[in-house]
Amino acid sequence: MALFLDIEKKLGVFQLKVKFEAADETMALLGASGCGKSMTLKCIAGIEKPDKGKIIVDGVTLFDSEKKINLTPQERRMGLMFQNYALFPNMTVFQNIKAGANRERDPKKRKEAVYAIMERFAIAPLCDHYPSQLSGGQQQRVALARILVSNPRVLLLDEPFSALDSHLRFRLEQEVRQVIRTFGKTVLLVSHDRDEVFRMSDKIAVMNDGVVETLGTKQEVFANPQTKNGAILTGCKNISRIKMLDENHVEALDWGITVKVPRRAEGISYIGIRMHDVCGEKGENAHRCKVVEEIENPFSYTVMLKPENSGESTPLGWEMEKELWQHIRASCVEISLPCEKILMLRE
Amino acid sequence: MDWFPLINSVRIAAISTVIIFFVGIFAAYYIAKAPRAIKGVLDVILTLPLVLPPTVVGYLLLRLLGPKRIIGAWFLKVFDIKLTMTWWSGIFATTVVIFPLMYRTARGAFESFDETLAYSGQALGLSNTYIFWRIRMPYCRQGILAGTVLAFARALGEYGATSMLAGYIPGRTATISTTVYQLWRTNDDALAFKWVCINLAISFVVLLAVNMLEKKNNGKPDRTARKKAGV
Repeated sequence: MALFLDIEKKLGVFQLKVKFEAADETMALLGASGCGKSMTLKCIAGIEKPDKGKIIVDGVTLFDSEKKINLTPQERRMGLMFQNYALFPNMTVFQNIKAGANRERDPKKRKEAVYAIMERFAIAPLCDHYPSQLSGGQQQRVALARILVSNPRVLLLDEPFSALDSHLRFRLEQEVRQVIRTFGKTVLLVSHDRDEVFRMSDKIAVMNDGVVETLGTKQEVFANPQTKNGAILTGCKNISRIKMLDENHVEALDWGITVKVPRRAEGISYIGIRMHDVCGEKGENAHRCKVVEEIENPFSYTVMLKPENSGESTPLGWEMEKELWQHIRASCVEISLPCEKILMLRE
Repeated sequence: MDWFPLINSVRIAAISTVIIFFVGIFAAYYIAKAPRAIKGVLDVILTLPLVLPPTVVGYLLLRLLGPKRIIGAWFLKVFDIKLTMTWWSGIFATTVVIFPLMYRTARGAFESFDETLAYSGQALGLSNTYIFWRIRMPYCRQGILAGTVLAFARALGEYGATSMLAGYIPGRTATISTTVYQLWRTNDDALAFKWVCINLAISFVVLLAVNMLEKKNNGKPDRTARKKAGV
């Protein structure tokens, strides 16, 4: 166990109540803004103090409200990186990284460490530049170098890519993945971007309104997000309220159809199906649908469908490859909703 | 010509500016972080000298520092020092009057500080003192410098409270502003005009300095704004 966290904090009407463990792996905290994911990082880093609970990293207690332990951020040695990288604007690249190496007391060793890390990140030629003179990618490299030279116990990355455009983002993600692999210890990544989270992490904790709703490997969480919020955050766009009918049938109120579901809908308030899981062949939950709208994406089509005789209903989205839609294009189509692809969701 | 008023004015202004530089900055730093209710109340109290007539400030100070009042009497008894009618009595007056100028500009500068810089510094293991002097202060230096210069300029021109606390004793407590008044009162128009010119020259230079500081801030691409945008 590399990181154990069980904390509570009240902020006005908002209540943060987070508990999870992470081994030497990358754990993503996925959630909408204001769900408490950044606050959780701040509590771990020691910038915010939880009302009660425990934070233990590699056997070192960082915070324990009962034993009255609350290490300072300086003592915790967390590698905290913000979205804006927070490079000190009045210091050069060299001075920034040297500031990160301040725990090394021997000046000679410290200088060596700074030069070594600048070599590793290929930023030695930039050592006399100020942060304002660097590109976004260079800034991120300097920020990572500055954090790693401080020899952190855990990396805490708060929305590391959200300020970048998509091209740069993809490239920098690769660099950060490389850093994470070499680092080899616990990494916590805060993000609201499902693609980024899936590419970067091993495990995902879906957060909503201050609590962890779903936790598992990324494959598990994407296959079964368990909650409506989790389904939305992992990119499921077809979601409907339901009424339970019998052992394995529900009425999908928003779609106006009856749906066969994989298990009894006990405690379930919603079902969902990903747009690419809708099937164009005959099968379970087959419906004849009217095409309401056809949306062309760069590499696919999304077709909005209304089942016949469904009355006032929210259209279902069906996403498919371009060739397929060009082949079957019609104003009315047969679709099915494969039972094993239906997501059973709690509130 | 006797240059004493100039020397006296400058030393009073310089000493009170140094005092207020530290006091103002620390007040601004802690109040910028304080909860809203406390902030509101303290803000009003600390800004009060800015809007009160200097004579009212002088009166209030005399109520405290006069030889028969609490603090004044205590100093007289214990150290045998009179706090009023000496050249340095002017420092008490100017310090109180210029405090809000420094405090408000410094607070404005601190409030625009990007706190993630401080958080990152702490996580990297940098001490809070280091973060304050090497990261927070350089980040806010333009606002703080402008506040310091303004405070110094205001201290040079202080008349009301200074004249009440230090009076006008030629060669002992006279400042430029009290001298001008005294010379005008005694119909020494030529000398009064000379001092007026000296005062104008000093104020001109100081305001020029403030303007140049602000220009420097505007002319350069603002690093802080770009940082916030995350570019």
